[in-house]
Amino acid sequence: MKAKIIITPKKAVLDPQGKTVQQALEHMGYRDIQAVHVGKYLEIELAGSDREAARKAMEEASHKFLSNPVIEDYQLVIE
Amino acid sequence: MHFAILQFPASNCDQDAVHAIRVLGHSAELVWHKDTSLGAAEAVIVPGGFSYGDYLRTGAIARFSPVMQAVRRFAAEGGLVLGICNGFQILCEAGLLPGALIRNRSLQFRCEHVHLKTATRDSPFTRRIPPDTLLRIPVAHGEGCYYADAPTLARLRAQDQILWQYCTADGVLEDYASPNGSVEGIAGICNERRNVAGLMPHPERACEPLVGSTDGRWILESMIP
Repeated sequence: MKAKIIITPKKAVLDPQGKTVQQALEHMGYRDIQAVHVGKYLEIELAGSDREAARKAMEEASHKFLSNPVIEDYQLVIE
Repeated sequence: MHFAILQFPASNCDQDAVHAIRVLGHSAELVWHKDTSLGAAEAVIVPGGFSYGDYLRTGAIARFSPVMQAVRRFAAEGGLVLGICNGFQILCEAGLLPGALIRNRSLQFRCEHVHLKTATRDSPFTRRIPPDTLLRIPVAHGEGCYYADAPTLARLRAQDQILWQYCTADGVLEDYASPNGSVEGIAGICNERRNVAGLMPHPERACEPLVGSTDGRWILESMIP
């Protein structure tokens, strides 16, 4: 099993990296870009086959450690 | 007074902090991150640097160090804890201070002297700063933009927990005076109980005329009874 976790800055939090990437894309000629958000992607390889237990553990890890809930949101997928 | 200066892998202001405390005529010892006790410390400094390579987020890994459990107990008993730069980031990640520090708005690593206005002298970290005196102290960071959500900011204001704000050389709070784009120009805060504080500027690098400023002394000396 694999846990895939995507961490992005909260919408209310300033994201100067996203803004700078957006400006660069526009400079390259890409049109219609409304916003860019730069975050992190983690893949965690898991032993075992209990998907629910894995989800519960990874939710807890994402909330307590892998993301900082003050400034970041996360999405968790178990595959 | 005896200070414990924490030392994590990739701390790099630990020796400066020890030196500064000794220059002030007090004693300091380094405490390794794997230690579970702060020894005879009467105050703690969590120094600057790039603990654990800033992996994941600044301060995110350091907060799990055995020594941080000792700091948590020390703070719970009312002991004075000052986090400088990466130390401030660690204390926020550990939940000992509210909010978080994110990438500078400019995306630049800023290394320069800044001016600070002391927002309140009612704390063990600011009480010896002479009234109406601006501090000129260096910063050196890439992720010092303080962020807290609106309710947290309102609480910080209501409980007088904002200790220092970036200002111009004339003492005016202006966006351009801030090296990092912090909300409300916040450079440092304390907790509700007022015994834990953090700031991005480096008072330990401003304690001798040789290094261009002695204003950092006011902050460190405030901690001494």
